[in-house]
Amino acid sequence: MRLRVNGEEAALMVPPYKTLLEVLREDMGLTGTKHGCELGECSTCGVLVDGKPYLSCLSMPLDLEGREIMTVEGMSPDGRSHPLQIAFAELGAAQCGYCTPAMLLTAKALLDTDPHPSREAIMEALAGVLCRCTGYLKIFEAVELAASRDGITAG
Amino acid sequence: MTQPAGELSIVGKSLIKPDAFSKVSGQTKFADDLALPRMIYGRLLRSPHPHARILQVDVARARAHPGVLAVLTGDDLPIKFGILPVSQDEEALAREKVRYVGDPIAAVAATDEWIADEALELIDVQFEELPAVMSIEDAVVSHGEPIHGKSNVHKAVALEFGDTEAAMRAAAHVREDTVFFEGNTHLPMEQHAALAQVAADGKLTLWTSSQTPHYVHRALGKVLEMPMSRIRVIATPNGGGFGGKSDIFSHELVAAKLALVTGRPVKITLTREEVFYAHRGRHPVLMKVKTGFLKDGRITAMQFQSFLDGGGYGSYGVASTYYTGALQATTYAIPRYRFEGIRFFTNKPPCGPKRGHGTPQPRFALETHLDKVADELGIDPVELRLRNLPKPDSRTVNWLRITSCGLEACINKVVEGSGFRKRRTSMPPGRGLGFAVSSYLSGAGTAIYWNEMPHSEVQLKLDRNGGVSLLCGAIDIGQGSDHILAAIVAEVLGVSLQDIQLTTADTDLTPIDLGSYSSRVTFMAGNAAKAAAEKVRDRLFEVAASALQCDAEDLIARDHRIVRRSRPADGVDFAQVVQLAEAQSGVVTGTGSYTPPKLAGPYKGSGVGPSPAYSFSAAVVEVDCDRRTGEVRVPEVWIAHDIGRAINPMLVIGQVEGSVYMALGEALMEEQTFRLGLHKFPSLLEYKSPTALETPIMHTYLVETIDREGPFGAKEAGQGPLLPVIPAVANAIFNALGVRIDEVPITPDKVLKAMHDKAKRVGPKAVPAFEFPPLIKADVPDEWKGK
Repeated sequence: MRLRVNGEEAALMVPPYKTLLEVLREDMGLTGTKHGCELGECSTCGVLVDGKPYLSCLSMPLDLEGREIMTVEGMSPDGRSHPLQIAFAELGAAQCGYCTPAMLLTAKALLDTDPHPSREAIMEALAGVLCRCTGYLKIFEAVELAASRDGITAG
Repeated sequence: MTQPAGELSIVGKSLIKPDAFSKVSGQTKFADDLALPRMIYGRLLRSPHPHARILQVDVARARAHPGVLAVLTGDDLPIKFGILPVSQDEEALAREKVRYVGDPIAAVAATDEWIADEALELIDVQFEELPAVMSIEDAVVSHGEPIHGKSNVHKAVALEFGDTEAAMRAAAHVREDTVFFEGNTHLPMEQHAALAQVAADGKLTLWTSSQTPHYVHRALGKVLEMPMSRIRVIATPNGGGFGGKSDIFSHELVAAKLALVTGRPVKITLTREEVFYAHRGRHPVLMKVKTGFLKDGRITAMQFQSFLDGGGYGSYGVASTYYTGALQATTYAIPRYRFEGIRFFTNKPPCGPKRGHGTPQPRFALETHLDKVADELGIDPVELRLRNLPKPDSRTVNWLRITSCGLEACINKVVEGSGFRKRRTSMPPGRGLGFAVSSYLSGAGTAIYWNEMPHSEVQLKLDRNGGVSLLCGAIDIGQGSDHILAAIVAEVLGVSLQDIQLTTADTDLTPIDLGSYSSRVTFMAGNAAKAAAEKVRDRLFEVAASALQCDAEDLIARDHRIVRRSRPADGVDFAQVVQLAEAQSGVVTGTGSYTPPKLAGPYKGSGVGPSPAYSFSAAVVEVDCDRRTGEVRVPEVWIAHDIGRAINPMLVIGQVEGSVYMALGEALMEEQTFRLGLHKFPSLLEYKSPTALETPIMHTYLVETIDREGPFGAKEAGQGPLLPVIPAVANAIFNALGVRIDEVPITPDKVLKAMHDKAKRVGPKAVPAFEFPPLIKADVPDEWKGK
């Protein structure tokens, strides 16, 4: 099987029953993608497929050959943090950090289509990703801060 | 030597925490992110029955299953354990009985999780089902075999401080209320996970997502019958804790045992469903509160009863029981106080500490009760609280020592911010404002197991290049404890946050911190870090003073230099001073410890409640109720918190906002309930919790009282701000609809039911008839004598 993850092509030998979540974490070492339920309920496992939020725990990798998969590791190419990552760090939007990768990628998908979203649009876009630490406010503020800065499309 | 506040350069600033970039890049390694060569996977077989005798466990078929390397049953780990020395009632794998659906019975290690799951299905267990006790009411009358020992009563407490009956008789107004707070769970996004490895020399290492690695270390020693020196416990960053990872869990002991048996690294990660069974969350509590008042609204006496539904094992339950009665008197000046509490065993997952441990339930009871009294007495609810404020530098009638108290300032902030007094009487239809206040501990003043040693210890080692290695047993669970430790040390030594290298929560490397529970880390580990840094700084000042030929008293450390206060141009680089010190006397190190002052009062049971300092909070909540559907929305919250000093205001506000969020979930939707012995909804989808869409506007006010006991004056932030929000929601609903929902969570069905109820109320009518043990009559502190 061939998967394209974070811009790199990988050839993999994995059992066909493994989910994308398991392949990313266990076979590709991309443990930035987390799991919260493995039933598609919490979006903690969220990645981007062709730029759109995707639940890796419900995805079979074979279905995704030829598609562009992005994990949190792909958000900072060359070690340069994405403006969303910087804003999340600056505003304390990551407390335990466990939902953060999915939250960042989901926010990125939003900003890539709507570079200056309203608060309502941000709330709507992030509603599927559960966070138990922050109460979401700092996350909204961080998305707004990132959106207010230049270079948002980098990475 | 504490630098005056004006000169602080790191403490008090909203800086980026040291682990922030590791978290936003996905680099932080949580327990399940770890993998070792030759690693195998463990899984637990859990009970399908709430209460049953185990007649036989046949593991032969599982053992023979290809890919299975080991199968364990209770007889492989027969020694009982428990977080509290008085409640050593758990087995890693149940031997004679199961006590809740989800109680672990057997364990399998296999080359992958699929095979392990297949093997679980091949284990044949024969049960004799027993009648299940599923509620407080069941437990009180319980016929049938008790869950443990001879009775379902786990702990009964009865304390009285002064003659409450006499004070009630003399009161101008007496009111009694009965309320119920349903149980709920922490729901951390990270499922618990543990990885165990045994080295060739037999030494065991366990990585675990635990808030309390020290207690896990002790339990491993006990259950595995190994010296603790042969065991190393490393707590991994917790992907959310909220109290849910502060116990000792079956999967931790089992992973270790499987690694010992197989010689392979073994990882066990709980499924989401299993996390609901691991639980240790909020106790369901039925409460009765009776208070006497003078005409002007001042409290004369209070009698409080709580009935706790504890679940299948003890866990922290003895402490939880006391906590339901401890903090009434730190929030209000109560001259005479009686507390009776009882915790029952029931056939549900064990309850324990969740954010606010044992105090959100009585807080809900007390704050709704006071609102009703204010109504009856015709006193504004804010005014009623103001007339009963505790005094700074005082002792409560139950002997709790209050140092700083910013409750009045907190009240003023939220009342003014929300326009409570004016707006409350003129809200549009369906809208309402509610108010409540609270207090909480900055760390438990007594350790979980009796000992004379410090509760927190920090070790520093300085490098020749000016770097500082900081070692401490505390674990960051998202609250930002790594930042607090680094900020305090950097502040004292005059270096930057980036110069501090943290090593935390590794029993081989780090000195003890008792754990990330009871809101203790900033206060206790912070004090230990400050003490260690001051010791090192004093040594460096000695060296610098001789280099600069000045008095050490004249030196300050800042901007990577040690300079003369009187002539700041005169100074030496920090790294250079380290080198001079090292040349003189070798490696530059320092340790600091913190032992809380002995504050327990002169009565049995006084160990739960004392804290070196209390935080205070006040909240106003606005609700928007749909009269047709009974739905309650919260558009806006005003919350003020007496933090002592905010070491990092951004992180404190994060804790406050997170507390408000969690409180709203508990107030309106979160509940852990059961049907026919089964958890109704052990899944993230069906266990309702607030999403981004339910987020209100929050106005957070930090009140700084600079507590004399806290590091740089700091107190706690992680738990206290949750407390006033839940009753404030209930009070706001009364303001909006004129109905009283005396039961949490306040779901739409209850709101509708109350609107159609004659008494405009939903809630319990009475507490069960139960004879508490004879009251322990404690003396009252001098300041309350004759009052």
